[in-house]
Amino acid sequence: MTTVPADKNAALQPSGRLEGIGWLVNDSLTIAWRYLAAMLRLPESILFSAIQPMLLVLMFRYVFGGAIRGVHGSYVNYLMPGIFVQTVAFGAVISAVGVAEDIQKGIIERFRALPMARSAVLAGRTLSDLTRNACSIALMAGLGFAVGFRIETNVPAFLAGLGILLFFSWALSWGFSFIGLVVRNSETAQVATFPILLPFTFASSAFVPVQTMPGWLQAFAKYQPVSQVVNACRALMDGGPTSFHVLIALAWCFGLVAVLAPLAVRRYRRPA
Amino acid sequence: MPDPPAIEAHDLTKRFAKGNVLALDGLSFETPPGTVLGVLGPNGAGKTTAVRILCTVLVPDNGRAAILGLDVVRDAVAVRRVIGLAGQNAAVDENLSGRQNLQMVGRLSHMARGQAKKRAEELLEQFGLTNAASRSLKTYSGGMRRRLDLAAALVAQPPILFFDEPTTGLDPQTRRDMWTWTERLVAEGTTVLLTTQYLEEADRLADQVIVVDHGKVIAQGTPESLKADLGSTVLLVTLENSENAPRAAALLGPLGTRAPIVEDTLVEMSVENGPKAGSEALRVLDADGITVLGLVLREPSLDEVFLKLTGHRADSGPPAVATQASAESVGPRARSAR
Repeated sequence: MTTVPADKNAALQPSGRLEGIGWLVNDSLTIAWRYLAAMLRLPESILFSAIQPMLLVLMFRYVFGGAIRGVHGSYVNYLMPGIFVQTVAFGAVISAVGVAEDIQKGIIERFRALPMARSAVLAGRTLSDLTRNACSIALMAGLGFAVGFRIETNVPAFLAGLGILLFFSWALSWGFSFIGLVVRNSETAQVATFPILLPFTFASSAFVPVQTMPGWLQAFAKYQPVSQVVNACRALMDGGPTSFHVLIALAWCFGLVAVLAPLAVRRYRRPA
Repeated sequence: MPDPPAIEAHDLTKRFAKGNVLALDGLSFETPPGTVLGVLGPNGAGKTTAVRILCTVLVPDNGRAAILGLDVVRDAVAVRRVIGLAGQNAAVDENLSGRQNLQMVGRLSHMARGQAKKRAEELLEQFGLTNAASRSLKTYSGGMRRRLDLAAALVAQPPILFFDEPTTGLDPQTRRDMWTWTERLVAEGTTVLLTTQYLEEADRLADQVIVVDHGKVIAQGTPESLKADLGSTVLLVTLENSENAPRAAALLGPLGTRAPIVEDTLVEMSVENGPKAGSEALRVLDADGITVLGLVLREPSLDEVFLKLTGHRADSGPPAVATQASAESVGPRARSAR
């Protein structure tokens, strides 16, 4: 945003590729601001979306904490990375519902008639989801520390774990935005996403070791992205061999973004 | 080279795969800058599809369209810089405040931050929304929301505006306000394409009217010329009882340009010279001892133009029998005029 013509009346005109990128950034930030500003206007929705992950921490810590065995060391430490990943996964439903609602209410129609960058609606959407996820993870980590969660490695490794987590959440936002674009109805988006989320979050290493599952399920549970991201976070936060898990998790995140983001943008650009 | 038309469409066709509906079937028209084009047609005539193509939201199957000479498919980005869209399809964000909505549209139209803020305040003031500016749209009335919707279309001061049924479902006061605002914009040189089901609206605002039905233009002209095509003045005579009606029709027949239409106690006909025919009608009927309860002379409305062209009224989906619909549209008016 370095060049601003003196024309006071008309909208600015583009003149090159550099400005095109500048506008993509400008438009994406504006759209991200739109979602965050809307969220801030609904304090009760912030409250409830904050309560849910915090309750999850407490429930798993105190309800299942005593029953689930077969984990070496502290179950809280085992659990927290799992809850982090589960929270961002379920949080992605908001992306699907939000995008579908925008289509339903007709605001996408206005965006399409504006000279804005076409991929900015989704880029802004996923950016606002990233911000929201960062807040809820910070909240959960704080509560986790209060109920006994301890970093067994070091702070940089812990932060690297959170980084992978947010990268994964961003990849999911693209995928779930795509679902929202396809179903075009907020209620459908809500119900369409759960059959995807449940097997991925529960048939994973998020809450229990995969080794306790039957063999046919293990094959899926071991290699699917949620488990890989949980394993990487767990290695970075709770200790153990890290590089292999981290590489696999990053590969999943890059792969998912590389496939899902173009898919979603193409779907958005496709004239209805 | 002469200036290109503000808005032009050439042989646009669009078929929706869903339900295999042919929404546009060779739609063509042109409109010069600084004028209002009224697009008149019933629900499902293809009006909104046409607007969506012209606003670059939808791509036509065939044909082409241009805004100020810019092709809506090839130069879509350039087109988006010169158009504003308001109406039934383009929404505002109801989770934001009025001010936030306008600022967002300003930023997405690539105005500088300060400029977008200033423009938002101007528009809030202009549309009487300053007091509600920081409230969430959820608290806005239907009329307030529609005003904000119009304001959102005006943020970047586009020379071409599309209003898709801008007053559908509005209260009469807000509708009149919308008309005044539209007239003001046109006086400042803006070109407006207005789709409507309300003939009164087209009559009041439009310089040119195209009548669209089943995805094509079935008539065009100024509201006056379209009405003139119907012929002349309409003369309506209300009798005391229906038994006299056939005899009255026979007596009045020579005064009209077409055979009179009889409906219960009402005789309707077209005449060349209204006042002269009116007094003549009274004289003839009086001489024959037929009691006249009411006599109305009026210009034909676009309602009648529409009915004549399509065989159904503008606001009714399925085609109705012309004479029946005619009696419906004319009856209450004649009674209230008494």
